[in-house]
Amino acid sequence: MLKTTRHLAFAGLMLAPIAATATPLTMEIGYIGEIVDAGPVLSNIIPEPEDAGLQGARLAITDSNTTGRFLKHHYQLHEVQSSDSQALREEALALYQQGVRAFVLNTSATTLAGLREALPLDALLINAGSRSDKLRTEQCLPELLHTIPSRAMLADALAQWLMMRRWNRWMLVRSNTEEDSAFAAAINRAAHRFGGRIVEEKAWSFDTDLRRTAQKELPPFTTGEEYDVVIVADERGDVGEFLPYNTGLPRPVVGTQGMMPVGWHKMIEAWGAAQLHSRFEQQAERWMNEKDYASWAAVRTIAEAVTRTNATDKPTLQNYILSDQFELAAFKGRKLNFRNWSGQLRQPIALVHPRALVSSSPQEGFLHPKTDLDTLGFDAPESRCQVAE
Amino acid sequence: MKFRALAPSLIAAALTVSSYAQAGLAYISNEKDDTLSVLDLNTWQVIDTIDVGERPRGIILSKDGSKLYICASDSDTVQVMDLATRKIIANLPSGADPEQFSLHPDDRKLYISNEDDALVTVVDTQTHEVLAQIEVGVEPEGMAVSPDGKWAVNTSETTNMLHWIDTETHELVDNTLVDQRPRHVEFREDGQLLWASSEIGGTVSVVDVPSRQIIKKLNFEIKGIHPDKIQPVGVKLSADGKYAFVALGPANHVAVVDTKSYEVVDYLLVGRRVWHMEFTPDNQYLLTTNGISGDVSVINVADLKVERSIKVGRYPWGVVTTP
Repeated sequence: MLKTTRHLAFAGLMLAPIAATATPLTMEIGYIGEIVDAGPVLSNIIPEPEDAGLQGARLAITDSNTTGRFLKHHYQLHEVQSSDSQALREEALALYQQGVRAFVLNTSATTLAGLREALPLDALLINAGSRSDKLRTEQCLPELLHTIPSRAMLADALAQWLMMRRWNRWMLVRSNTEEDSAFAAAINRAAHRFGGRIVEEKAWSFDTDLRRTAQKELPPFTTGEEYDVVIVADERGDVGEFLPYNTGLPRPVVGTQGMMPVGWHKMIEAWGAAQLHSRFEQQAERWMNEKDYASWAAVRTIAEAVTRTNATDKPTLQNYILSDQFELAAFKGRKLNFRNWSGQLRQPIALVHPRALVSSSPQEGFLHPKTDLDTLGFDAPESRCQVAE
Repeated sequence: MKFRALAPSLIAAALTVSSYAQAGLAYISNEKDDTLSVLDLNTWQVIDTIDVGERPRGIILSKDGSKLYICASDSDTVQVMDLATRKIIANLPSGADPEQFSLHPDDRKLYISNEDDALVTVVDTQTHEVLAQIEVGVEPEGMAVSPDGKWAVNTSETTNMLHWIDTETHELVDNTLVDQRPRHVEFREDGQLLWASSEIGGTVSVVDVPSRQIIKKLNFEIKGIHPDKIQPVGVKLSADGKYAFVALGPANHVAVVDTKSYEVVDYLLVGRRVWHMEFTPDNQYLLTTNGISGDVSVINVADLKVERSIKVGRYPWGVVTTP
């Protein structure tokens, strides 16, 4: 039998009486969603729903109001969606002037920077749309939190799994947007961190319709040095959707297509996730995706802080969110909290293919002095940001 | 010829039927097999596997032990099984997705958590009528009725509360906020204390029932196991009042807590992902359901040793025992 230490502590400080005497309050949250035109793709891929993100925020409001009912807490969502960055800024500012002090932002990194500039610091801002690593390492927008995983977190989650499988020779295929270069950079960084070897990196720029020519074009394109997997960096799905089964060598495809590292997916069903999916599908009449989950987690983060502090002002909420007491149960099998350097929500990353969950990272054996979740993404010494002490 | 061929099977059938009434059985619900395993507590053998509704989770006995109530979650019903014949004799209108439930001491009112609908449904087990539906928090899960029958307490996993329902008026009269994802509640025999586990919070709250306030919060720590993997679910209090047993989920251990000092006396290694537990009728053993390893561990309560494990179906969830 395993010998274990015997230890038990009382958390005496956390026993403050709550609930019965709570004062009624209303928490207003602004949802700012940018409808991003991904640009033309050569093939008719399945587009992301325009309300990706928004539906997650709505569900979290419903969830939080069910909870709030017992505490006389009410949550209200102000929804703004537009493809015009300037309009979003004006609308957000108008909400601020009406008294809204918490915002969930599902926008590009550029729009996000504009919003941070426009909104005073007594507004709590959570990024639920941009995976940019720059935001979390160099750009460091003041006091910004993030619930959506960064590209580095996704790449690290994938790399750990590949190393666990001992598939360490990678061919990297990159499409031609800025985002694809950013994901390719994250893969390069992950290779360096975990010991993967990129045998070749190729940029795809053919201007053909791959539905007709994938079988002809892709095998020679992915022929060359021996590799264990093809990693594809193609967030829009211009070439990536066609890579599986069309590689030069009979090898799996992973990355933005094939087996994907994701913050959320329909195939995550353990730890009560099945219940979250069923509530979401009833509301939105579609599956819940990573953007929905990030906005859901952002609203739930705010609501959890309101529930525990009985406050609605930004300093109280943000202090609580970044404290040791904060914990979010978010259907990922463990409690989640925020990094006090980048303001990033720590979270396991699922590895899925379209019809099943393959694994979840961090993989066993990847250790960190504080928490194994910090083996994913940029750690404190690698980031210039500092949202809290 | 025909007679000779028939005779042994008739005898076998007769034997099987009579054995149903014999001493010492455990019933285990297998969530991903849609079956119950029947375990003989003398021989520690699985002697029968019974098909039931879809995704059976919570199971509970009628007060006289003659009937078994089964939450068939994906069939959206509570099934009633006659244990003498092992046949389903009724389907109760449980509301959608029943997961856990608790039977009032009056042996009639059944309090059922409807996980998808944020409701507690109260059903009369004799008339099969729905007596009330009470709105609770998001994802209701744990359910317990106090020994005096006054309180029905429900836990809601995403709202993170204990909801106190007055069983006379069927109104929700108070809420106690606890740590993340409360899973299970268990009253002490005298009804004065309530133990509540928080799976993701990693804690167990001990609640004073008259004031409905938390008086102690327990944390657990096992060397070599990441704190996030210590996820308390099932709680059972020993008949002599000495110990509380806390099933720690993916930590694969059961914590033994001294109920006076609130200190952990031992951590017992059991099967993988341990969730729910039940004592044998003589209180000599505690059985645990281990979801991932698909087995039941048998803990000797007197010397706190795990004596054996018995393979059952896929994802065993609930367990009850009969004399």
